[in-house]
Amino acid sequence: MDEILTNKLRILADAAKYDASCASSGAVRRNKGASPADKAGLGSTSGMGICHAYTPDGRCVSLLKILLTNYCLFDCAYCINRRSSNVKRARFRVEEVVQLTVEFYKRNYIEGLFLSSGIVRTPNDTMEQLVLVAKTLRQQRGFRGYIHLKTIPEADPWLIEQAGLWADRLSINIELPTAQGLARLAPEKNGATIATAMGQMHERIAQARDERRHFSPAGQSTQMIVGADDSTDAHVLQTSDSLYRNYALKRVYYSAFSPIPEASAHLPLKPPPLQRENRLYQADWLLRSYGFSVEEIAAGGENGMLPLDIDPKLAWALKNRDRFPVDINTADREMLLRVPGLGSRAVDKILSARRHVALRLADLARLTTGLGRARAFLIAADHHPACLIDRLDLRQQLAKPAAQLSLF
Amino acid sequence: MAGWRIALKPGADLAGFRLAVRRLVAAAVPPEDVVWEIGDAPDLFGGIGNGSGVEAEESIETGEGGPIALPRAMTALIEAVICHRDPERYALLYTLIWRVLHGERALLEVSSDPLVHRLDRMRKTVARDLHKMHAFLRFRRAETPDGGEHFIAWFEPDHFILDAAAPFFVERFRALTWSILTPDGSLHWNGAELIRGPAADRQDAPDSDPVEAGWRGYYESTFNPARLNTTVMRGHMPKKYWHAMPETAAIPHLVQSAQARVKTMLETEAALPLKRQPAKAVAAMAKQAPESLDALNRIIAAAAPFVPGATRAVLGEGPMAPEIAFVGEQPGDQEDLQGRPFVGPAGQLLDRALKDAGIDRGKSYLTNAVKHFKFEQRGKRRIHQKPTTGEVTHYRWWLLKELDFVQPRLVVALGGTAALALSGRAMPITRSRGEATFGTRRGYITLHPAYMLRLPDAAAQAAAYESFVADLRRSRELASA
Repeated sequence: MDEILTNKLRILADAAKYDASCASSGAVRRNKGASPADKAGLGSTSGMGICHAYTPDGRCVSLLKILLTNYCLFDCAYCINRRSSNVKRARFRVEEVVQLTVEFYKRNYIEGLFLSSGIVRTPNDTMEQLVLVAKTLRQQRGFRGYIHLKTIPEADPWLIEQAGLWADRLSINIELPTAQGLARLAPEKNGATIATAMGQMHERIAQARDERRHFSPAGQSTQMIVGADDSTDAHVLQTSDSLYRNYALKRVYYSAFSPIPEASAHLPLKPPPLQRENRLYQADWLLRSYGFSVEEIAAGGENGMLPLDIDPKLAWALKNRDRFPVDINTADREMLLRVPGLGSRAVDKILSARRHVALRLADLARLTTGLGRARAFLIAADHHPACLIDRLDLRQQLAKPAAQLSLF
Repeated sequence: MAGWRIALKPGADLAGFRLAVRRLVAAAVPPEDVVWEIGDAPDLFGGIGNGSGVEAEESIETGEGGPIALPRAMTALIEAVICHRDPERYALLYTLIWRVLHGERALLEVSSDPLVHRLDRMRKTVARDLHKMHAFLRFRRAETPDGGEHFIAWFEPDHFILDAAAPFFVERFRALTWSILTPDGSLHWNGAELIRGPAADRQDAPDSDPVEAGWRGYYESTFNPARLNTTVMRGHMPKKYWHAMPETAAIPHLVQSAQARVKTMLETEAALPLKRQPAKAVAAMAKQAPESLDALNRIIAAAAPFVPGATRAVLGEGPMAPEIAFVGEQPGDQEDLQGRPFVGPAGQLLDRALKDAGIDRGKSYLTNAVKHFKFEQRGKRRIHQKPTTGEVTHYRWWLLKELDFVQPRLVVALGGTAALALSGRAMPITRSRGEATFGTRRGYITLHPAYMLRLPDAAAQAAAYESFVADLRRSRELASA
């Protein structure tokens, strides 16, 4: 690889890294066609996705995540690539991205490509270039790995739909939880345009699925930046909840606004604690898979913000102690899912095992690693936390792991 | 009491274990009477005896054992646990099988049982090892004798997973030539055939690759120093894997410099833009929609088709601001060959009907809802396929834009597909035939001429034709009114 390309790659990877999504999951197998490119085809997708490496920030490297260019006409305050930023700029040619993807893929570095771009000339022109990369990979290189395209909601509808022909997943970033925040920090963007584009994609993806056609088979996702405006966690979760309901999004990614070089004066000086992002992800799971409502989750905290020191399920349970303790040998699935420390897999194992044996604490210890948090909230064949649940210092006890005692 | 000594091959000896289990079960040998051994030269069911000098009642060599019916989940568990390096694995599995066959049929459902729990953990360990091999293995490029690419990887799995890992790499890199070398054995794929080779040495693999510098640069750039979290990184990517991954050489430096980089970011005040604001370019962004029918047609002609088959786009034709624009379903075989709408059999029928209705085709605009011929190749014939609702919708934006430019006084939908494209919802012809409104456009819905060609008898055809011509007359009146 020559030095110019290596340098471009550095700039355009740096420019893309604030997008949190990296999943390579949910793809369906691509059929092998009859054309020569297909026969010499490269790649496969795995349902769960694969993380090929982890960087020292603990994040997974699954896809080659780059921008086609970081030149941009938009001026979004939270973005390092806004037109008023003094960051170094670069631009890939379509063939360069194709080459990089294929060479990295052949060495088993990546699952595929995550391609986004700054807006150059017009949204349509930019979207066309993104589509061209994906099309070239699929048609000329017979590439069957994962492709995630960032779609530009300001582009014409037909262009966004062309992207669905080649990509496994599409995403349109909602960026901020409220339309007011967006208007203030991203003057060229428009909440209604974003919502229309998401709605359009949702309809097409659902139609194609019904008709068994290949069209963005791994659905669509989005990203929300947390901490760049004054939205509370409750605002954020309400927005996610409506996105899941209205557009059947696969995932909403939360990206704690992180300090960037060349920061804009419109931004808060201090970044939010990273823990906030973590708590939002946990709350998101509760919304999607544990039957919680936004109101219930928000009630676990104060003033619309989730507690940072304990997870949102535990926070909810501590404020709803009258619902506990729960008997693991008789409680229904819905209630077991609400016990702090029990995940959905542990709950399924409990339900299956208790048909054959009466579960004791020792059994439970083999079914979940969250027993420490769970035991105050449940009854087992040999365990009743009679007074534990009412203890005033229960929160403190569970928030911090007990200090190690040393023998002297 | 009789003792049984079973010797299996090193590694994951599934075949040997299966055979042994069948015979042990047939001979009703309880787990506590079996000693499992692993030897380089397995004397498969040779040594029998428990040291007390008491001979087994029956030699396993001669004992017949047929297949044993086990729950499906058990087979998967056995296949995974067999790959574990723990020498106890066979004994544990046989105990499990014995219990399942002796009154605990649903044992696997009791995840809290200590044996089930232990085996499940072993299964998970093997699955994780396998997953990490798929993820962390890195190929390096070498050359084949004839100058082609040969990708070679060195990897050290914790468990006996080499064979289990093979299908993933074969599926993914089928068209390439590659080798995977491990201390337990090697795999070689030549594009057609998988060959199992002997244990290899680290030195047998190349020690560098020209692409690695670029990859390391990517890895360094995608790291965000403001989020340093080495605990999570190490949890997912333990250090034991690092030696085979070229990018990990960057980790120490990235970790050391992270804090200083963040400090600089936080202390640097917001800078004023060095370049002038590109006001003109920003204003010009809004003008991106095609500004003429020609511009739109160029876009349609260059775009990838939304339907299978489809060799080229067949665009609409006719004068601007006509009295009537006719919208059909999609181009057919002839239209696709000639690149013009309504020139095949249905088009000829339309021509006749237009003449009978007193409409000049040359003064009308003709186009299709779907711009490409969707077909399935059967031998030499290309068989027309009806476009799905989703496919029609993909083309809708183009059609509406096209009519915006053409500005007909009346739009006539020929058939259900056109009606769907124009209105955005399914409209059965039998019920919605006649005058219609498409958005703000005046419209009319009638049959597609191809429908008449498909009618079986002449009488029905004649009747349909009469009603079709009547519809066309009516639309002519509406358009000129």
